Parts: sequence; structure tokens; C-alpha cells
Amino acid sequence: MILVAEGLRKLYGEFCALDGVSLGVGAGEFVSIIGPNGAGKSTLINILTGLTPPSAGTVRFKEREIHGLGPVGLARLGMARSFQLVHIFPDLTVLETLQAAVVARLGRGTRLFASLAGDRDVQREALEVAELFRLSDKRGALARHLPQGDKKLLDVASAFALRPEIILLDEPTSGVSTADKTAVMETLVEASKRIGLQAILQVEHDMDIVFAYSDRIIALHQGKVLADGPPSAIQADRYLIDTVIGRRARTH
Amino acid sequence: MTGPLVVAAAVVAIALAPLVASTYHVLLMLPFMAYAVVLLGLNLLLGYAGLVSFGHALFIGIGAYTGAFLTSHFKIRSLEVILIAAAALGALVAAPVGALCVRYVKIYFGMLTLAFGMVFYTFVLKFYRLTGGDEGTPFLRPSLLGRSLEAMPKTDYLVGPYYYYSLGVLVVATLCMWRIVHSPFGLCLKTIRDNPAKAETLGIGVTRFRFHAFVISAVYAAVGGALLGPPIGNVDPTLAYWTHSGNIVFMTLLGGFTSFFGPVVGAFVFIYLQNWVMSVVPYWRLIFGAILAAIVIFAPGGLLGLVRPGRAAVRAAGRRGAGAPPAESRP
Repeated sequence: MILVAEGLRKLYGEFCALDGVSLGVGAGEFVSIIGPNGAGKSTLINILTGLTPPSAGTVRFKEREIHGLGPVGLARLGMARSFQLVHIFPDLTVLETLQAAVVARLGRGTRLFASLAGDRDVQREALEVAELFRLSDKRGALARHLPQGDKKLLDVASAFALRPEIILLDEPTSGVSTADKTAVMETLVEASKRIGLQAILQVEHDMDIVFAYSDRIIALHQGKVLADGPPSAIQADRYLIDTVIGRRARTH
Repeated sequence: MTGPLVVAAAVVAIALAPLVASTYHVLLMLPFMAYAVVLLGLNLLLGYAGLVSFGHALFIGIGAYTGAFLTSHFKIRSLEVILIAAAALGALVAAPVGALCVRYVKIYFGMLTLAFGMVFYTFVLKFYRLTGGDEGTPFLRPSLLGRSLEAMPKTDYLVGPYYYYSLGVLVVATLCMWRIVHSPFGLCLKTIRDNPAKAETLGIGVTRFRFHAFVISAVYAAVGGALLGPPIGNVDPTLAYWTHSGNIVFMTLLGGFTSFFGPVVGAFVFIYLQNWVMSVVPYWRLIFGAILAAIVIFAPGGLLGLVRPGRAAVRAAGRRGAGAPPAESRP
């Protein structure tokens, strides 16, 4: 397991967002976290990526306790993430956004007098990622001017540009039209293979996407792990589907 | 190619000014060039790192007092030595001040820098024996490139060798800053300005980059402050007063902080406008207050934003509200 969480608990005042959550993600796995709104999915992702400290419990990434590392340290260690709400750099172009990720990964951010335009490694890698995510023809566009779906794609692409070992995606297809969701996921899977990504952990509401792409599904409910198993086992558990997804979803 | 041609034409025009313009107008170019150096640095902080400092007069004061002390108390007249010493002292003071200030953003950052500026102002005002208090300290005429030029009449010195020396410093400072903002470092600063939370997830250390930007901007302010000294001839605490910090923020907004040369244009227009308004009406601050309000409301991209609407204006408008990235604040 490259990412292991044990006994995670998160309290916001008296409200318990996570209550004793334990999970693991192994190399080669595509794991999805599902659950109704308020189940604690985003809180879990924020704790796993060092953005929010847990009230109790531990998270280990590549056998190292992540406490105190923060997002910067985790990114350098090989963990990347994308956000539920689109996080972009509005006044940077698509290419500049990807260049920033590559610059950070190569540790070249402190080069004061080096020419960014003349850095062939950065240019090449950024263009490769742009092509991988079909953003090449929009590389000169300001991120703020992109359609919502492309903003989401850029957010994810910048995380991939870090060439991480694991990536945590918080609803990667939210804001993307239903018709484009499969294309986005296919792009993610293709990009994962190309960059040698070891594991993906995603939070996703679209159950078609979850069942189609996941190797394993973790169901959260009221801050607790309700189930952890392969898609076939989750799909077969009617009580679980009713509880976590709702009756309406089961009939689809 | 229009941009480089305009810049080249501007440099040639500045270089020819002593030959064609009146002495009065050429003398006004000296504070313009000094402030242009200051503003290049300030805009690294404001335009590229997204931090508004209301205390940069502190570093202008450090640069100016460094020159005054070296020429008056230590008999060091070399302007090269003065500029290097000003830059070093600026960095030395900026390190602890910046280490504390950059942990905060928005109004908290602005107020902290203002507070440190006022501490320095009070220091130079009250430590009379060391600084001369409100009377200030003389900034004796510095030598340029090893030439003393003591025998030259003051006006000839200022509109001749000193003018071209200042222009040289401005050109070098501009080229250095151009490289900095177009470097990987500059790109990282822009990510932090736009969305610090996202920048961190990419592995960009927000506090560390802000700190570096702060120190660099302080060095520029100190060098600019040292250049302000010789034309004035006497350095006093008003250079470090908070209204002076306000003036340089005004200059930046006037020219436009969203473009590289905006603050330089702002310095030029401010100097000449202030001089003209002061000669016409006694209440120049009233006029300038109205101008500032008009710029913020009608031309958030500053004067260059009016000339080159587009990315600059969009950025400025975006930072006023609509489409702005997720807010970050820390009390």
C-alpha cells in the first residue's frame, strides 16, 4: 500500500465529519470513494492531502507519516490532487499553468535570472501534458476564458504535470457535461498510463463512472466506512446502494 | 515588435532629454528615474506576487540614509559603493521584516509593512544625534565611476553625469527585473498571486516565494532611495513617512500594476503632474485624491491599461471582484 490511513477522525466543534476511517490504496489501483453529501468525502481527501489536519489518526504515504508535511511537501513526495471546485490560475495561460507545475516538479522555481521560454525541458513537458489532455490548441488562452469543462481538465492536467505516484481527484467530472464525462475519464486513464502513475483515488458521484473505472470502491456514510470492496460486490449490496447512493440511483 | 520599439524610443528620448529639454524639466527626470527603480521592485510584490505594501518608504529611507551616512560620516563618496551598501542594507532589514510580514496577506500584510515603516520613521526622527532628526543628514555629492566631479557646478553635475548615471542604473534595474519576471521564479510568483492554495498543491512554497519577492523589492527600493539622495542633497525622515509609501502605491496604480512598464509610466506621470498641479493650485492632494478615485473606478488597469486594453485590463478588473480566484486570508 502506498497510501494508508488509520483511525482518521475529524471534529468541527461538536460535529464529527470523520469517525475512525481507515483505508489503503495500493500500487496499480483505481479506488473510488462514494457517499451521500455530508458523508465526509471531501474532508477525507483534504486530510489525505495534508490540507486539513485530522483530529486523530494517521496518514502514511510511501511509509512516511505525512503529518506536518503540508501540500508542498506531499507534492514533492509524489502526491498530487485536484479540487472539487475548479482551482486554476485565472490570469495564466493554459501553457503557463502546466509550465508552473513542471517548474515546481523539476525544482527550478528559484531560478531568478533563467529564461523560462528558453528552458526546453519545461517547454517540452508542458506541451506533452497539454497534448495528452487535448488542450494544445488552447495553450495560449487565459485559464479564466476557458469553458468550465476545460477549466476542470486544466486543473487535473496541472496535477498530472507533476508526474505524481498517486493522484487524488475530488469529483473530476463535476461541471463536465454528461456527454463529455467518459471522454474525460478516458483521458485520465490514458494519461495515467503515459506518466506511469501508480494509483488514483477519486471522489465521484456519477455511479456509472465509478463502476466503469474503479478497481475498488470505498463507501462512506456519516463519517464512517460502510463498505470497502470491488465494484461487483458494492453493486450487489442493495442495502448499501440504498443507503449510500439512494433508491433512485439503483433503478438506473 | 511594437513593445520593444516603444521602449527603445523611450530610452532614446530620455537619453536625449538633457540636450533638448530645459534644465528644469531635466531635473524633474532625476526623481522619476529613482522612483522608477523603486516601483519596478514594488510591482514585483504588487503586480506579480499580489501583496500590497504600505511600508516601502522604509526601504527608500534606508537607501537614502545609507548614502547620507556614508558620504557625511564615513567620507565614502563612491556612488557604486553607496548603491551596493544600500542594496545590502535593504536586504538585511527586509529579511526579518519580510519573514514576519509574508506570513500574512491582504490588509494584514499591508498594515504590518506600514507598522514597520512607522517604526523606522520614528527611529530616524527621534535619534537626533545619529540621524539629525527632522533636520536630516546631508547627502554629499557622490563620485561617479571613480570621478569626483566636485569642481563641477551642482546643476551641471545633476543634468550631466548624474543624469546619465541614473539612467544607466534604471536600464540595468529594468533588464534585471525583466529577467526575473520572465524566469521560472516569476511564473511561480504569478501562480501564488492567482491562487495560493492551488500553487501549494503543485509544490510551490507560497511563503518562501513571497519572502524572496519581498527582499528583492526592498533591494530595489533601497537602490532607488539612494538615487533620490544626491538631487535632494539632504535626507530627512519624510522620505520614510507613510504618506511616501502611499505615494509610490499611487504611482503604481496610476501607471497600472498589471503591466511591466505600468509603474514606470506611473512614476513619470506622477512627478510631472504633481509638479504642474502644485504650481497651479495649493491643494494638490485634493486633485490627486480625485485622480486616484477615478483610476480605481474607471481605469483599474491604470494608464497603460487604457492604452493597451486586453489582458491587463481583464486582470485588473478580475482582481477587483468578478471572476477572482478563491480568496485567501489570514488574521
